[in-house]
Amino acid sequence: MRRNSLPLTLHLLLTFLFLYGPIVVLVVLSFNASGLPTVWGGFSLKWYATLFANKKMLYPTLNTVVVATVATLVATVFGTLLAMGIERMRPSAKIDAILFMPMIIPDIVFAVALLGFYTAIKFTLGLHSIIIAHIVFCIAFVCAVVRTRLNGFDHALVEASIDLGASRLTTFRRVTLPIIAPGVVAGAMISFTLSFDEFVIAFFTAGPSSSSQTLPMLIYSMIRFGVTPEINALGTCIIGFSFLLVLLAQRFNRQGTN
Amino acid sequence: MKSRATNFLLILPGAAWLGVFLLLPCSLVLAYAFMTRGVYGGVVPTFSLDNFVRVFDAVYIEIFLTSARIALLAALVSLVIGYPAAYAISRLPGTWQLPALFFVILPFWSNYLIRTYAWIVLLNRTGVINEGLRGLGIIDAPLDILYTESAIVVGLVYNYLPFVILSVFSSIQRLNPEVLEASEDLGAAPWRTFLRVTLPLTMPGVVAGGVFVFVLSIGNFITPNLLGGGQVKMVGNVIYDQFTSARDWPFGAALSLSLIAIMMVLLVIQTTLSHRIRKIEKVEA
Repeated sequence: MRRNSLPLTLHLLLTFLFLYGPIVVLVVLSFNASGLPTVWGGFSLKWYATLFANKKMLYPTLNTVVVATVATLVATVFGTLLAMGIERMRPSAKIDAILFMPMIIPDIVFAVALLGFYTAIKFTLGLHSIIIAHIVFCIAFVCAVVRTRLNGFDHALVEASIDLGASRLTTFRRVTLPIIAPGVVAGAMISFTLSFDEFVIAFFTAGPSSSSQTLPMLIYSMIRFGVTPEINALGTCIIGFSFLLVLLAQRFNRQGTN
Repeated sequence: MKSRATNFLLILPGAAWLGVFLLLPCSLVLAYAFMTRGVYGGVVPTFSLDNFVRVFDAVYIEIFLTSARIALLAALVSLVIGYPAAYAISRLPGTWQLPALFFVILPFWSNYLIRTYAWIVLLNRTGVINEGLRGLGIIDAPLDILYTESAIVVGLVYNYLPFVILSVFSSIQRLNPEVLEASEDLGAAPWRTFLRVTLPLTMPGVVAGGVFVFVLSIGNFITPNLLGGGQVKMVGNVIYDQFTSARDWPFGAALSLSLIAIMMVLLVIQTTLSHRIRKIEKVEA
């Protein structure tokens, strides 16, 4: 086994410090009673208390959960079907390019394109227009993840199942689905996280009504206002929630491959 | 044929969704770019190339150059930090490699706004870094890092570093250990093996990671907006202005198209390059 030299090990440690330092600072400050970034006033939960007492938080949080859940459900079904259909076809660079597009197009460009489109067809904006937009990029991610899972899929299994008298639906339920399930779940988790965190597209497609504000939109307006201990607390909650979700996804994926 | 019908049904919902809500809006922006702005905002369907002429105004050329400079710096810094980190991970004991990669990507899964906000907390005039340095007596007056190009570069590197590490790591993994051993057996010093064998063979990962950071950075909107604080403008911010305060949608559309054109050119170069390198590898093998 080749060993790392000391400078290389040190560099790796510093890289992790760079990646986690800002997060740790944020988390520590959220528990700082003084509310100042450099004066430790003792451990306190008061910023969390202010945060949860803030009624402004309630609807954006609910909106975000609704958007992310609906977008994830629709995109997971459509994206999985799309992946299954495409994997049965001849490979095409054009189709790959279209599926790659939502992942690489700058969010600001997609956001203004959608705003232009919605305006042109006189579509009323609100939560539903955000959901429609989020489904677009979520489909692309679900499809990509499920396709990698289908890549090594042995189609003889499907034929064997049908030859043995199983219906197409039973074959899908009992043969195909168990094999692609970890990919489907991973795709759904990615969709949920991406939609939950998405700001720019939601900002442009939410419309003028404040009733369709999402959590990232609220965070953005809070950040524009300045650094506050309340944002530190909110940030800590969101980071904790995301990490929990990723760990769950990881566990599920491991179970799936075993 | 039955299977063709099934295929069609499988693809239909997803394809229709992408067609209506992705391709149609994008085509609309394409069309808007060739139209004229109405007197009160809005879009008048009169054909015109004026928007593209305006993109070449000195003001906007300057903004594209600034964006490209920031994106290039972000890509280079990410590679300088990311390459050795990926290399170090590839030399960790086998059981440590996957957990290390997992922790490299983990921050990426938390909210982008919050991660960017953390840098405002660190970098502002009364922030952690400034007060810390002052407390240690290293500086007298606070450093103005926030709301500069450097702050934007830091934010971009922070957000996209995981991609670079992953992409370089996967190309290091693909290296044939026998080639490295051969180089050592023939008497090359480790650094020489690295410079003449490892680095050239991992170029596809370096290029892919670098292009990826560049492409994501040049079209970024949130980072320059929050860490540049209106002092530094990138293309994304100008597009935002055109669709909001300036109400000049056709010009905003032309800017969007120019941005995408730049990204496409880079992505095409990157794919061609990596295909060519792979071909050479095959021939040599």
